[in-house]
Parts: sequence; C-alpha cells; structure tokens
Amino acid sequence: MSGPPARTMTANGSEPRKHTISVLVENKFGVLSRVAGLFSARGYNIESLSVGETLDPTVSRMTLVVSGDEFVIEQVTKQLHKLIDVIKVNDLTDESHVERELMLIRVNAEPQHREEILRTADIFRAKVVDVTQVSFVLEATGDEGKLEALIELLRPMGIQEIVRTGKVAIARGPKTRPRKAEPAKRPRVSEDPRVVGFAD
Amino acid sequence: MRLPGARIVLECLKREGVDIIFGLPGGAVLPIYDALYDFQGLRHILVRQEAAAGHAAEGYARATGKVGVCLVTSGPACTNLVTALQDAMMDSIPIVAFTGQVPTHLIGNDAFQEADNVGITRSATKHNFLVKDGKDLGPIIREAFHIAQTGRPGPVHVDLPKDILVKEAELIWPDKVTMRSYNPNYEGHAGQIKRAARSMVRAGKPVLYVGGGVISSNAHAELRELAELTEIPVTTTLMGLGAFPSEHPLSIEMLGMHGTYYANMAVHHSDVLIAVGARFDDRVTGRVDAFAPHAEIIHIDIDPSSISKNIKVDVPIVGDCRRVLRALVEAVREEMKTAGDGREGRRPWHAQIAEWKKTQPLRYDWDDDVIKPQYVIQEISNLTRGEAMIVTGVGQHQMWAAQYYKFKHPRAWFTSGGLGTMGYGLPTAMGVQAAHPNKQVINIDGDGSFQMNSQEMATCFVEKLPVKTVIINNSGHGMVRQWQRIIYKERYCAIDLPGIPDWVKLAEAYGCVGLRVTKPSEVVPALEKMLSTPAPVILDVCVDKDECVFPMVPAGGANTDMILTPPTREVRDRAEKSQTGF
Ligand SMILES: Cc1cc2nc3c(=O)[nH]c(=O)nc-3n(C[C@H](O)[C@H](O)[C@H](O)COP(=O)(O)OP(=O)(O)OC[C@H]3O[C@@H](n4cnc5c(N)ncnc54)[C@H](O)[C@@H]3O)c2cc1C
Ligand SMILES: Cc1ncc(C[n+]2csc(CCOP(=O)(O)OP(=O)(O)O)c2C)c(N)n1
Ligand SMILES: [Mg+2]
Repeated sequence: MSGPPARTMTANGSEPRKHTISVLVENKFGVLSRVAGLFSARGYNIESLSVGETLDPTVSRMTLVVSGDEFVIEQVTKQLHKLIDVIKVNDLTDESHVERELMLIRVNAEPQHREEILRTADIFRAKVVDVTQVSFVLEATGDEGKLEALIELLRPMGIQEIVRTGKVAIARGPKTRPRKAEPAKRPRVSEDPRVVGFAD
Repeated sequence: MRLPGARIVLECLKREGVDIIFGLPGGAVLPIYDALYDFQGLRHILVRQEAAAGHAAEGYARATGKVGVCLVTSGPACTNLVTALQDAMMDSIPIVAFTGQVPTHLIGNDAFQEADNVGITRSATKHNFLVKDGKDLGPIIREAFHIAQTGRPGPVHVDLPKDILVKEAELIWPDKVTMRSYNPNYEGHAGQIKRAARSMVRAGKPVLYVGGGVISSNAHAELRELAELTEIPVTTTLMGLGAFPSEHPLSIEMLGMHGTYYANMAVHHSDVLIAVGARFDDRVTGRVDAFAPHAEIIHIDIDPSSISKNIKVDVPIVGDCRRVLRALVEAVREEMKTAGDGREGRRPWHAQIAEWKKTQPLRYDWDDDVIKPQYVIQEISNLTRGEAMIVTGVGQHQMWAAQYYKFKHPRAWFTSGGLGTMGYGLPTAMGVQAAHPNKQVINIDGDGSFQMNSQEMATCFVEKLPVKTVIINNSGHGMVRQWQRIIYKERYCAIDLPGIPDWVKLAEAYGCVGLRVTKPSEVVPALEKMLSTPAPVILDVCVDKDECVFPMVPAGGANTDMILTPPTREVRDRAEKSQTGF
C-alpha cells in the first residue's frame, strides 16, 4: 500500500531562504513589541529588524529579514497582516528593490596594516570616521554581500567590534512614467484568487 | 460634553448597548464603581474571582452574539483575568475587558498593584489599548468593541489608569469606526465560490466539516440549506456543535480525537472536503499527512491565516461564512442546472456511511449497579429535549457531553475547546444564565474542573442565577487517568480526588440545593428534581471511574487509528509508540 500524499506544510514546501519584508505600521505605542512578540510567540526567526518614520509621521516602516520556506513566509505575512496596527505587508524578495545596511566597524590599526586598511576602505567606499594610534572606525553601507566581504578582508587585522543597523529596503521606481490621465489601476488584493486573501 | 473619565466609560458602554458587566472592584477602578453607584441601565454582577468575570463575559457573548464585558482592577486582578482572555482568544469569543491601572505618572515605578497589564495581555488578546488621555476614551472604547466583534471575533483589553478615570475630559463618540489598518474581508471571491460549487456538485464522496465560525456568523440556516440541497453529510467540530442538528439524517456528528467512528472514516475517505469556519486543529486532524489524504479541500474562513496553516488547501475562500454560504447555495443551484444535482452518484457514499454508523455507533456497556456517565448525559438530553443551554468543564465529561447530548440549536453549547480551561464551566454558565434568565442552563462539570471555580456558587446564589451543575463525579482527573491507563501502563499518578469536599454540603453552604445519586435508577428522578428547582443546584452523580472516552485517536496518530474499546495490551503497545507519546 502506498502512503497518502503528504499534506504537511513543510513536506511540500520550498527550500528555506531569506525574505525581506517591508511592513507599514501605525506609529503607535507598543507596535514594535507586537511585531517582535509575534515572532517569538510563533517561533519565527527574525534575522534583522529596523524601524523608522515615513513621510507620514503617523506611519512607521519596519524592514524585516526573515528566513523560512514558502509556507512559513506565507504564515509570517498573514500573521503580520492580522496585527491590528499593521497597515500593509510587502514581501520585497521577488520584487525589484534596493537593499542597504549601514555598518560601523572598529579594527586594529597596527602600523604595518594601516595602508592596507585604508586601501580596502577606499575600494569599498567606506569612510574612516575615527582614527587613533591603534584603531580605525570605518563606516560602510551596502547590501549584505558587500558588508560580509569587507568584514572578511578586515578580519586578519583584528576586528574589535561591529555594529550593524539591520537591512532597509525600498522598491525600485517604475521604468516608465505612469500616464497622468489614468491612475494606475491596482486590483484589490482580495480579488486576486492567487492571494489567499488580505483585506485591502 | 465634559465628564470624569469614569463616567465616560459608563456612557460609552451604554451607547455600545451593554446591559450587563461582570466585575470585581479594587483601588484602581474605584472611580468607575463610584460612578456606577447611581448610574442607570447597567447591571453589574459581582463575581468572586476575576477569571470568572472573563468566563462569564464569554458565556454572555456566545449566548447572545453580542460583546461580553468585564471590569476588574489592576495588577493581580489583571493577571487573574489572563486565563479567560486566552480562552476567548483561542475560541474566537468577542469580549471587551477593562482593567484598572496605576495613575499615568506612576506607570513603570513598581507602584502598588502595578503590573504591565498591556504587556501581559498582548499575546492573549486580539488587540489591547492603554488609555493615556481622557479624550481618547470614547474613540478607544468604540474601536475596542468594533475589533472584538468584527472579522474573526476575539477578546480586546482596555487598560485604564486611575487618573484618567478621575479627570474630566470631553466625551468624544465617533459615529462610525474607520481604521486604515483593519478592514476584514466579508465577501468571498466569486470565482473561487464557483470553483467550489463545481467540485461539490460533482463530488462522489463529499463531507462538510463545520466549525465554530458558522456559529459566530449565525450561518446555521444557510449551512442547512446547502447541506440539504446537495445532500452532503455534515460533521462538526467540538466548537461547531449546534451549528447543525445532531439528529438530522445528514449529520455524522463530531469528528476528531473523540469524534464518531463514522465521521472520522467519512472524512478520511472523502474526495471533497468543505471546511466552513473551522481551523484544522490538531485534535481534529490527527497526523496531518494522513488527514483526508484523497480530498480536494475547500476552506471558507474569515481569517486568511487560518487557511493553509496546518493543511494545504486547494480552494481557499476568505470571507464570512454566512455570506459565502449564501453565495455558494446560489452557485450550486446554477451549477446543478447544467451538471445535474449529482445525488444519484452519491448513493453508494451514503450507503457506506450508513454502514459505518450501523457497525460502529457510539456505545457503552450498561451496568445495573454503577452509573455510566454517558447514560447521565443521554438522560439530560432526553429530559431537556435538546433545548437546554449546555456548559462544560474540561475532561472526559466534556467529551461525553459532546458525544451524547443531541444538539438542536446554535449558541446553546459552551465549552473551552482551544485552551481546554478547567474551571470554565460554572462562571460561563453564570454568564449564559444572566443573558437568558428564563432558559434552563446546565453546567455538566467534572469533579476536578468544578473545584477550579466553585466559589462562583456564591455569585449564583446572590445574583439569582439558577444554574444547574451536574458533577460527573469519577473521584478524579478522569481524562488524565485515561491517558495513564492507555499510554502509561496504568502507572496512575496524581489523579485521585477522593470524595472531598462533600458536594451536597458545599451546595448547602452556599445557600443552594445539593443532591446526590449513586445508582442508575436514581438518575432520572434526581435530574427531574434538579430541573424543577428554581434555585442553583449541584447534583453529584457518582459514576464509574473506570469508564473511558471512545473512540479515541492517540495524539500523533492518524484518525483511522481510532481506539474503539478498552485497550488490549497490543493496542497499548502501539499507542506507546505513537509519534508524540501523548
Ligand atoms: C479534552 C479536549 C478534547 C478535544 N477533542 C476534540 C475532538 O475530538 N474533536 C474536535 O473537533 N475538537 C476537539 N477539541 C477542541 C479542539 O481543541 C479545538 O478547539 C476545536 O477543534 C476547534 O474548533 P473549530 O475548528 O470549529 O475552530 P474555532 O476555534 O471555533 O475557530 C473558528 C474558525 O472559524 C473562523 N471564523 C470565525 N468567525 C468567522 C466568520 N464570521 N466567518 C468565517 N469564518 C469565521 C475563525 O477564523 C476560525 O478559523 C478538544 C478539546 C479538548 C479540551
Ligand atoms: C487549568 C487546567 N489544568 C490542567 C489541565 C489538564 N487536564 C485536562 S483534563 C484534566 C482532568 C479533569 O478532571 P475532571 O474535571 O474531574 O474531569 P474528568 O476527566 O474526570 O471528567 C486535567 C487535569 C487542564 N485542561 N486545565
Ligand atoms: Mg473527574
């Protein structure tokens, strides 16, 4: 007898990978702990989280990096959307977008290494923001790959400390200018049968 | 209009149509109780412990379809309330809970009776609020009620610092609530509904799997219409009992861990499974990879996160059960015009189900000397003709009540399904009785569960709430005993409750009526006496403590692995090897 087809979510799921999720929230007391609490209560892993105000001061944007397979990510987005203070959830991963992170890194600066550190910083367009006899502090921005590469190159010199902001991300602009006359018509999300259904 | 905050709270409750609040005072909410002193039109029911206020509000809410309200003080009162909040959260019951808080300037100071109330209740509520300005009271209370009763219903908590209650502020009452971040979707997707109709009409072995969402959306009439139109058999979850009459020819009763043999077999062999307002709980599915393995699954639910959470769904329909079912009935009618009604093709399916029903009905062995608990429930069902409001504790008695009571109506069954909160019975029954003073409210409780909130007998007596409690007294934590018997090789540990207290005397101590029966022949007369007593009653029914709830799906087992009779050694060995070992 052959077994029944698997119905478990993970068994049918895709490979886990990192997703960048952008969340618009009401800028209200407690909203950060609601989001953070959701992750701990449901056992999802947040790899990074950054929060800041938007153009509208009553709205904040959170950028989350979460790893999980397709089903986990689907639940994460739905659960985020279910929080009353969440206005919009957008998984940017498969959309055209730009990601950046800022990193401050303090590295040993022995005389024999000072030149090389400066050269490396230059190549990575990192700024030297503090100098002493024995150390440099560099400021670097970039996507994850770039920052990781910089860290690897500086590691042999002796890294004292690293501080990173976590990722922020923004969707790229449309390639063509939308014609003024007809405002871009977006179907209501709830009318899209592929989406299991968020309220707009 | 400028009023002290406490008055604003009461005015707002009145405008929300609240008529009863369940509560218990303390320092931080004294301004509200002071305002209540000469406030007209709100009945306050004083409970004996705050969790009871929360459960009573749940009972009131489920019974009426309105929002239940409770009011307690800060710190320990709020922590006492947490169990009821989480209970309402798991079972999607709309309540609004108010707690007192230390004055705003003392928050965070470890002040007397301070607790981080909103921090503590955050994960136990659908949403919560800390009021920091008196002018926000109206809008927040309005939002709280709106959130509690719309979309997927649930508990909302409002924390009220004392200074906000004392200071005067403007009473602001928005005409309607608009929230850019919260707009539940009620209408199902027309294309998906059509797809569902097509599958249903063409199905050879369909089953409707119905849950608590049908009750909270008052969709029982639409459900019945759909079932009768298509002649699709209906199984309900524990929370869905009453959504479809148990004795309807299409009813196959409850499914899941302690569901009927025929319900579990039907679901397992189904080719189309239509889940309506049900959430594929693990007590329903058993091992997920063996759940309804051959079925195309259609799922109607208002909460997108319920869909494809545990089980992958083929046709998701996000929307309100009532509206979607109405549209589905139309779509099915339309579909039948071209495809025929499909009933002929389902004859073998109905015959198969009838066969399962005949070979494995719910059953127990009669005994002339010892009372069988199932028999007690059957007689309660007979004597009340399925018209009573039935409340339970948690354990074996709860499952027997679910299996043997013949439900006729929605909003007449109250049980803690998701959280399984022992002690839920009596306070919830109080809330139901307060909502329906003229209905027969029967709390079928366990001797263990009842002790977790028995103090509420005092409330029943004082507030003239003639709740009838039937204690299915098996001298212990029967459900735990059942697991230890079947899974843990009869190594009984910490389950005995040897006849303490004397329930008859306890009832009398509370000014209520106590009765006891020990023989099967005494059961009916005692029930009759209980039902005709106009006061609160405890009827202590001493039952066979060895009785187990069957069928039983060992946790982690597939639903087809049901144990149907007291286990042999072999079954026990198999259960022991089950995935989770319970
Ligand atoms: C000892 C014990 C044994 C148990 N054994 C069993 C068992 O054998 N069988 C069993 O079934 N349960 C059993 N349970 C209960 C079980 O744990 C779950 O509580 C229950 O199965 C959930 O029922 P439900 O799926 O109807 O969901 P509910 O918890 O009632 O949830 C309702 C669902 O409907 C949705 N909904 C709400 N409102 C609407 C609306 N207006 N429109 C559309 N959708 C809506 C919600 O989003 C949710 O998904 C047991 C519990 C205990 C304590
Ligand atoms: C608050 C709480 N504590 C513990 C449990 C675990 N539990 C489930 S059933 C049960 C035994 C219930 O005993 P009783 O109320 O007498 O019911 P019976 O099973 O005997 O009918 C226990 C301890 C629970 N569900 N709730
Ligand atoms: Mg017991």
